[in-house]
Amino acid sequence: MKIVQSVNALFLKEFIFSFFLALRYFFSPKKTINYPFEKGHLSPRFRGEHALLRYPNGEERCIACKLCEAVCPAQAITIEAGPRCDDGTRRTLRYDIDMVKCIYCGFCQEACPVDAIVEGPNFEFAVETREELYYNKEKLLSNGDKWGDAISRNIALDSSYR
Amino acid sequence: MHDFYPHNVERVSVLLVAFQSVLILVSLLVLIAFLLYADRKVWAAVQLRRGPNVVGPFGLLQSFADLLKFALKEPVIPSGANKFVFLLAPLVMSISALSAWAVIPFSEGWVISDLNVGILYIFAMSSLGVYGVILGGWASNSKYAFLGALRSAAQMVSYEVSIGLVIISVLLCVGSLNLTEIIQAQRTGLAVWLGLPWLSFLNWFWLPLFPLFIIFFISALSETNRPPFDLPEAESELVAGFMVEYSSTPYLLFMLGEYVAIVMMCALTTILFLGGWLPLLDIAPLNWVPGIVWFILKLWLVFFMFAIVKAFVPRYRYDQLMRLGWKVFLPLSLLMLFIVAGVRQYMLLPA
Repeated sequence: MKIVQSVNALFLKEFIFSFFLALRYFFSPKKTINYPFEKGHLSPRFRGEHALLRYPNGEERCIACKLCEAVCPAQAITIEAGPRCDDGTRRTLRYDIDMVKCIYCGFCQEACPVDAIVEGPNFEFAVETREELYYNKEKLLSNGDKWGDAISRNIALDSSYR
Repeated sequence: MHDFYPHNVERVSVLLVAFQSVLILVSLLVLIAFLLYADRKVWAAVQLRRGPNVVGPFGLLQSFADLLKFALKEPVIPSGANKFVFLLAPLVMSISALSAWAVIPFSEGWVISDLNVGILYIFAMSSLGVYGVILGGWASNSKYAFLGALRSAAQMVSYEVSIGLVIISVLLCVGSLNLTEIIQAQRTGLAVWLGLPWLSFLNWFWLPLFPLFIIFFISALSETNRPPFDLPEAESELVAGFMVEYSSTPYLLFMLGEYVAIVMMCALTTILFLGGWLPLLDIAPLNWVPGIVWFILKLWLVFFMFAIVKAFVPRYRYDQLMRLGWKVFLPLSLLMLFIVAGVRQYMLLPA
């Protein structure tokens, strides 16, 4: 056993073997993608940037039940509720998400009884200052308008598993 | 002492030598820029990555972008550092590595100084590189840098022993310390012996001195602090070893010195074992190719081995490194030295 081992060591058996192994990997196709130009696959369940959705008639879905605020483990959501001036229905006066605190766990969208707050497929929302990451209601609603189609497509794709 | 100098020393003009030196330095640095890129590409390819591919076509200009970045950054000198020595160290390293190229023959007669003790000169210059490492590690006034420098010094010294013995064996076969003559000696050998003079790659010393070729290659890896012997700059243990405190241009000079030394070792492997500028096969289309092309090709081949070894061999532990150097390579190369000497003395073989 020892003799075999020393002969192997003397003739660099493992090094020669791993050299050819390395050569095989050297010529095999590369796994890296050219990121900004080609993008990897995203699951329909991907939890990215948040959005507040609307009903098809343009009415916002959120009823300010504060379930998302309660369930949020990072306490990133702040909601102020109150009657809306024009029709007196219960709506949010403020809906802020601190995207720096958020851990993108998706509990808020699970908790939402009216499917108002969702996490969309967008993960490229890098900005240059921290302040820009404190999202308010307008920003979230505009996200919902911008990503609504993609989000509803993802929900449809994922619905059979839920 | 007179024997040390080239025979035509009085006819060489200073201007011509200066011009040749600048030419070699510039082409060497450009070559190294692309070798650095190739190094990263090879490493990436084995790890199924793409490597640098943004700057220029296929990322070919990456090294030049790095150069610009290094040159334009602010050099930070730690307040506890010995400023003079701190700045001297990278200069020592890069200048000693660059000056060794004065005696490398790129093709027949393409050499700045055809020193009769060329290989001793290279050996001396590559040993001087360790001073840069020690000075840099000491002057940084940082424990990581100091530990890295200590390791590096011990490592370079112990592998120089086996490199020296390997070189002596080659010299025994040639009978000269002149690098040009070492290559010329590889014109005849096993292939001529077998009556197949066109198979000239069998003439070169890698075949008759095969174990020494391997020992030299591995010792060269260690001598230049390349992985798997990159203990002086082992990231997981010493952050960046002796270069921790360096930034900007001094860091660039250290990296440059390191890569110049690596290419130097590739060139030395080419000269000692792979027949320098001699063509692979001594037949019609191949021996029309100029010698410099063969030299560069062989240099790239050896560098490819340097680069790919980095990808598939894990880093050696410090005690393993020392064991390999002193308890395996030293006795093996000594034994080979005795065998080569014995063969030369009693069997009167040409190589």
